[in-house]
Amino acid sequence: MSTFELTARGNLMAALKSRYPQLAVLAIMLAGYLFAILAGLIGTPVGSRNFSIVFVWIAWWAVLILVAVPVLGRGWCAVCPIPLPGEWLQRGAVLGPTAKPTRRRLRWPRRLRSIWLQSAAFLALALFSPILLTTPLVTALVLAGMLVAAIAMSMVFERRSFCRYLCPVGGFIGLYSQTAPLELRIKDKSVCAACEGKPCYNGSAAGYGCPWDVFPGGLTKNTYCGLCMECLRTCPHDNIAVNARPFGADLAKPSTRLDEAFKSFVMLGAAMVYAAVLLGPWGFLKDAAYRIGSLPWLIYAMVFLAIIGVLLPGLFAITVGPNGDRRLLRQRFARLSTALIPLGLSAWIAFSLSFVLANASYILASLSDPLGLGWNLLGTANLAWKPVLTAVLAPAQTLALVGGVIWSGSVARKAAAESHVSPVPVMLYCALVACVMLWLLL
Amino acid sequence: MNGREFLARFLVLGAALAAIAIPLALWWRVPLVHAQMAENGGWSPDAFRATVGVPLRLRLTSDDVMHGFAVGQHDAPAVDILPGQVTEVTLLFDQPGTYTYYCTRWCGLNHWRMRGTIEVTGSGVEEQRTSVPIYAQLGLDLDAPRAVEQLPTRKPVAQISSGSAGADLTAYQSVGYYRANSPYAVWQQLREDLAHADRDDQQLWDLTASLWGGNTTPEAVERGALLYAQNCAACHGEGGRGDGVFADDLAEAGTMSELADGAVRSMIQVPANLTDPAKMLDASPALLQGKILRGGMGTGMPSWGQIFTEEQTWDLVAYLYSFQFEYR
Repeated sequence: MSTFELTARGNLMAALKSRYPQLAVLAIMLAGYLFAILAGLIGTPVGSRNFSIVFVWIAWWAVLILVAVPVLGRGWCAVCPIPLPGEWLQRGAVLGPTAKPTRRRLRWPRRLRSIWLQSAAFLALALFSPILLTTPLVTALVLAGMLVAAIAMSMVFERRSFCRYLCPVGGFIGLYSQTAPLELRIKDKSVCAACEGKPCYNGSAAGYGCPWDVFPGGLTKNTYCGLCMECLRTCPHDNIAVNARPFGADLAKPSTRLDEAFKSFVMLGAAMVYAAVLLGPWGFLKDAAYRIGSLPWLIYAMVFLAIIGVLLPGLFAITVGPNGDRRLLRQRFARLSTALIPLGLSAWIAFSLSFVLANASYILASLSDPLGLGWNLLGTANLAWKPVLTAVLAPAQTLALVGGVIWSGSVARKAAAESHVSPVPVMLYCALVACVMLWLLL
Repeated sequence: MNGREFLARFLVLGAALAAIAIPLALWWRVPLVHAQMAENGGWSPDAFRATVGVPLRLRLTSDDVMHGFAVGQHDAPAVDILPGQVTEVTLLFDQPGTYTYYCTRWCGLNHWRMRGTIEVTGSGVEEQRTSVPIYAQLGLDLDAPRAVEQLPTRKPVAQISSGSAGADLTAYQSVGYYRANSPYAVWQQLREDLAHADRDDQQLWDLTASLWGGNTTPEAVERGALLYAQNCAACHGEGGRGDGVFADDLAEAGTMSELADGAVRSMIQVPANLTDPAKMLDASPALLQGKILRGGMGTGMPSWGQIFTEEQTWDLVAYLYSFQFEYR
């Protein structure tokens, strides 16, 4: 498979190796993040006029799911401000390593080294999403909570344990980053094998050991590489490269991990439930989802979890079960679920297009008066709400989902070949899910 | 710590602090008046102080739905308050006293509870902005049951602002008489008046209507209609039949409070049907004005005494009778 080494260009390599450009971006991101928390706490409670809602759930989400993940993979993680304060406290420095020894932190418990917790964290927020997505105060508390959790985990555990094992967003970014045409990989395995001390993992005077607890020499997919560029700085042999590559290159190596397989169903199910609740015409469903703690909400939550935990994986198990050796069902289930990754991403793109295009006009108004205090910094504070590009919405959504089905079919063929089974049942499953999603969206 | 690390920490901390401190300081310096549906707290703050002749600048915002802002018995025009946006108003008071500000948009079932006060102090004598209402002077029982025993067979017809329709009604035409008597009481007096013995019952109702028409003007009825549409129609309905958009909710609220405490009869009621001649023709202008000024005392009917000027209440009363009389 052909790749193009972007860091072969000296300028880019120098820019990535230097801490200052990244630090400048991170400082802005952290300031923006803190401002979003503040806006949620003291700004107008009207979500469509509050920076915390408009910038987190419309602007950031649009950039993340429509651009960053499909194109840059974990590009967002490279500039995410959430782990920064904890990481700086953990390191005792903002820049490179200092001579001053830092307290040794615990390793993350072996039993929890998976993305199950990330899926649980995502679901914990997803069940409250109608309130979370519309109430600035709740958004502020969740953003602040994530910052505090990241700091607390950095104080107890080594590296970025929050990002790697708990961040509710990191799980699906990692999953879908496998589709991105960008990767960080080593150039030559033999160099890593011969490298003494493995500074890319253990750190050196030039930089820190991989914050994501990954040995770059063993990197085969994007899922757990946060693109923090630390290994570029520590590698004494210049053996790390950032490459452009074909879309979905990682999907040629299907995972057999159940936690990653489950994540596919979490994301697919959540996209379908969100489309039904937030975009659908069913008032009772919205009502149930908004009335947190009520009996209708409990039923909604149970149905939500049942779709994700029972219906979708159950149907998938039935789809792949009879097709091949029953003793290898678990492995086959996980491996073939890789085919759901492109479809999941396209489902999220299709869903996100609906509310991003409908609400994009709030961005300019919110920029001009981010707290709803009557400011008009850009002269756009009183801009009327106006959906944009509505004419292309349905075709774009259809294109995304049809493209997702085709892409998933292609991945299913490769995964099925590895398991020596027919890809047709998985293709039919993907087509069925896409049809349901289309019905919900259009 | 080397110089670069120090500078990096300084910049990062500086950016973080600036992102918090600058907006916080600006927010602190520019307080807003928040409007929320009454169930969520109404106005916040709900009391202000002002000085005669000194402009009071208020910056209003809504935290939920669209609201409106106006000050009772003050000539500043009402303004709309949009969710998450800021509306500025500047008020100038020329008399000391306590003014009531209120929501002018039908924001919810308890919309009328959205009220606050502005205490205006300063030089000058505090004028009585309203006189003692007639219902209080007459000692009327606003809640006494009313029912007309002999109703007109059709809606009585009269020329507005043109007086007696050819009959000699001199004895009945004073404003004081008109305000203190119900149409039914006047009709009964006309019935007993030998000067009108040749008229049948319906003709006497027309005569009664012409007395009411003679005590108002098309302009007053028009002003009353506007006030009614803005402030009353939400409950009483555009046509006065007690079927406004909040009528069902009021009925439900009454039923729910009754269920919550079966021993106490719910006071929240379905809005009065202002087109019902049996009740309305037995209500004097003074009584209707009293109802408007005082409100329904827990029935859900708000008091408007602090909101409307005396002239406005009479305009509204004049309009209410248009549900009973056909003015031409």
